[in-house]
Amino acid sequence: MNTSTYTKEQLFSLLSEIPDPEIPVINIIELGILRDVQWDGSLCTVIITPTYSGCPAMKVIEDDIRIKLNEIGISNVKIDLVYSPAWTTDWISDIAKEKLRAYGIAPPDHSTIDKAVLMGKARELKCPQCGSKNTEMISQFGSTACKALYRCLDCKEPFDYFKCL
Amino acid sequence: MNLQQAKFEYLLRLGDSSLIIGHRLSEWCGHGPILEEDIALINIALDFVGNATSLLGYAAQVEGKGRTEDDLAYLRGEREYRNLLLTEQPNGDYAATIARQFLYDTYTFFLYEELKSSKDETIAAIAVKSHKEITYHLRHTTQWMLRLGDGTEESHQRLQTALNELWMFTSELFDMDEVDGLLINEGIAADLDKVKAAWEKRVNEVITEATLQVPVTNIKQKGSREGKHSEHLGFLLAEMQYIPRSYPGSKW
Ligand SMILES: [Zn+2]
Repeated sequence: MNTSTYTKEQLFSLLSEIPDPEIPVINIIELGILRDVQWDGSLCTVIITPTYSGCPAMKVIEDDIRIKLNEIGISNVKIDLVYSPAWTTDWISDIAKEKLRAYGIAPPDHSTIDKAVLMGKARELKCPQCGSKNTEMISQFGSTACKALYRCLDCKEPFDYFKCL
Repeated sequence: MNLQQAKFEYLLRLGDSSLIIGHRLSEWCGHGPILEEDIALINIALDFVGNATSLLGYAAQVEGKGRTEDDLAYLRGEREYRNLLLTEQPNGDYAATIARQFLYDTYTFFLYEELKSSKDETIAAIAVKSHKEITYHLRHTTQWMLRLGDGTEESHQRLQTALNELWMFTSELFDMDEVDGLLINEGIAADLDKVKAAWEKRVNEVITEATLQVPVTNIKQKGSREGKHSEHLGFLLAEMQYIPRSYPGSKW
């Protein structure tokens, strides 16, 4: 297949089919992990950035990108992991935030990490199940590095909160 | 010593400390006092190991001898490791782990704050990323310092004992040598005198709020810069390096 016929938009659209391995309702573009795709006719360079330094999902995402590009005949793929600018929850789109909520994960509700975090004050969060604000933090660290664990005191359901970073 | 050598050495110091303390924390996996803490410590361990991967990957690149971050992590012996002695100290009871993490998290919180403005773009980028994560680590350990220190008689006593025993490893955090001097001149490394002032202030505040005593000691354990470690590092490396050394080049 003549791969040079693919535009950047087409490649982005193709890669948007790759879900986050741990939160499969949002894709790697909505999450802000995929930063750029460069195609010079023979080599495809994909630029990604990790959410957390030690995020174990990054390796899976790299493999998924290679597989996806391979499917359309692009086999010469280089994946660059960049740290700057550092990933922030600000890059999660509003649509993706709504998807997170519907999936049962409270989305990040602040633009950047706040200094109050040091003082140990937990913020008021809406339960993604029933919408109640009567919730409390169980642990700052949840099922994955990017999440904290909360519980709803009204519907009694525990839920994950996507921490601001 | 030239700039490249100094940078390689500096990156090893940063990266090795992250790797070793991350590995230490990973030993809690499945042994945490409560499920939430087990999960928290393992998440934090992952952050450290991820940070080490970035730093050692960059160290290997700076060295330019074709080594990778895995070669540096798995194929160097104890005397080639440059991690701070504090980071290799055993987990002990939960108070000992919390005390070690608190002293180290407070250190990295101020150290990486400085490194965010490093003139080396890669170091600065790693620092920006890591500092956000460190903020969460420090919050976690600070809360436990207060909870255990101002908790029961036993938790208070255990935490005080842990602080007393670890205190002799804290002066090394701020030692500077030729490597630091060279890189500070270039605007690449952090001035540890500055970090020390901020560290002492914050550590004293938290220890006091936790109703504990700031330890006093004349003993200053050091040696990590020359690869002279406490007896604990060798055992840690033996476990961490066993698979890659026994089965070179093996893949998942
Ligand atoms: Zn609810």
